[in-house]
Amino acid sequence: MTEWLNVILQGVLIGGLYAMFAAGLSLIFGVMRLVNIAHGDLIVLAAYVALMVTQTLGLDPLTSLLLVVPAMALIGYALQRLLLNRTLGDDLLPPLLVTFGLSIIIQNGLLELFTADSRKLQAGAIEVQTFQMMEGVWVGALPLIQFIVAVAVIAGLQMLFYRTALGRAFRATSDDQAVAQLMGLDTRHVFAMAMALSLAVVAIAGVFLAVRANFDPSIGPARLIFGFEAVIIGGLGSMWGTLAGGVILGVSQAVGAQIDPGWQLLAGHLAFLAILAVRPQGLFPKVSG
Amino acid sequence: MPPILALENISKRFGAVVVADGINLALGDGEALGIIGPNGAGKTTLFGIATGTVSPDSGRVIFAGDDITRLTPERRCRLGLARSFQIPQPFSGMTVFENVVVAAAFGNGEREAAVYDRCAELLARCGLADKANKQAGGLTLLDRKRLELARALATKPRVLLLDEVAGGLTEHECATLVALIKEVRAGGISIVWIEHVVHALLAAVDRLAVLHGGKIIAEGDPRTVIHSPQVEEIYMGIAADA
Repeated sequence: MTEWLNVILQGVLIGGLYAMFAAGLSLIFGVMRLVNIAHGDLIVLAAYVALMVTQTLGLDPLTSLLLVVPAMALIGYALQRLLLNRTLGDDLLPPLLVTFGLSIIIQNGLLELFTADSRKLQAGAIEVQTFQMMEGVWVGALPLIQFIVAVAVIAGLQMLFYRTALGRAFRATSDDQAVAQLMGLDTRHVFAMAMALSLAVVAIAGVFLAVRANFDPSIGPARLIFGFEAVIIGGLGSMWGTLAGGVILGVSQAVGAQIDPGWQLLAGHLAFLAILAVRPQGLFPKVSG
Repeated sequence: MPPILALENISKRFGAVVVADGINLALGDGEALGIIGPNGAGKTTLFGIATGTVSPDSGRVIFAGDDITRLTPERRCRLGLARSFQIPQPFSGMTVFENVVVAAAFGNGEREAAVYDRCAELLARCGLADKANKQAGGLTLLDRKRLELARALATKPRVLLLDEVAGGLTEHECATLVALIKEVRAGGISIVWIEHVVHALLAAVDRLAVLHGGKIIAEGDPRTVIHSPQVEEIYMGIAADA
């Protein structure tokens, strides 16, 4: 019994990471109907940026977030302003193709710079710290921090969307871009801010990913899939739904792995397929149209 | 007095359809100009060209003496050009108040906190005070049209372009809106108003222009123009077609 409790708890905690993968993806799609195929590779890019920061400055990975988050946000703003804004229009295909190309460029660029060797960010003693929740149920400090940060990120995004001028600009632009422009909104700037925010979240996700496990330039696309699955499970456009989606995906994977280690990914995909079949709009859909 | 808004020799075609064929139209500061014409005459396209969502094939758009032909819609909004849509297009996922706040803040480059009072006042003026916290998507047609007006006014326009405000409303609802528009105009905002409901238009405008086949075919005193042979021919022609 406690064994299964343990498994589910670990699944919930890793779900926080998946929710962070998904939040940035959902944000971008929600605001500008852009499906960012390079999202997973940008997570890996953030991990490498963190690797460089920790190695050159000797910073702890969690402290390195203070530099990695603004750096990724800046990259996001520039990327949107200089490249992706030019691909946006009535057709969904051009941004899809361009981000697909970007994905390949990032993977090969990282391969060229950092080789295919597996890397990991070392967080020191905190990596092995655990608490006993109850008899036989243990929680690692790092997964717990990761989950708490994920909840904070989701709550922060939710608040930003509904309580700030920038959030209202996102929602207005998302609702009707042409009308938003007539109300004085510079939509190119709004889109760039959305991408900056998305990559700020990506930076946090990338650092936790890199502390938790080994990474190399090729693992981006799988992270993209996890992100997509969490978004679809949770329902498009709902931030808290995204967290629920991440947790469901994480728990399914953990349960699958417990049954048979080879079933970890399969179980996650099956849970995704089941929800797609029964409730294609996701559990907590927000966006219509 | 120089015009506040002028279209100079504007031409625009969509494929084989000519929607504007060398149109010249000027709006005096503080003036209210009405535009009528059959469906498909190119009236709404003129608003698109003026606000920057449609680019003309040739010609210039002049606002307060400056050539704004190449400015983006958001720049034109900040200069003081606002429009309403024939089919109201509120940000339906946002509340009525948020709709107006977005327009007020971004339309003037102001901080949100600085515009709250003005927005509340505006909603009260437009008869939407009790619906401020409702989702804009759930409003009735009259309220959507009121919001359309409130949102355009929130951007502090010098020129307001109104596209078929009266269409689809009852006589009483229409009268309410006409009274509101007259009030707006009395406040010093220049108006161009496209309308099929002619009596509503005649109650509020100083000058009337008739658009047909991408050209202005008559222009001048509203009551003279409405009874001119050209106008009677067009509208009789439509009646005969129907």
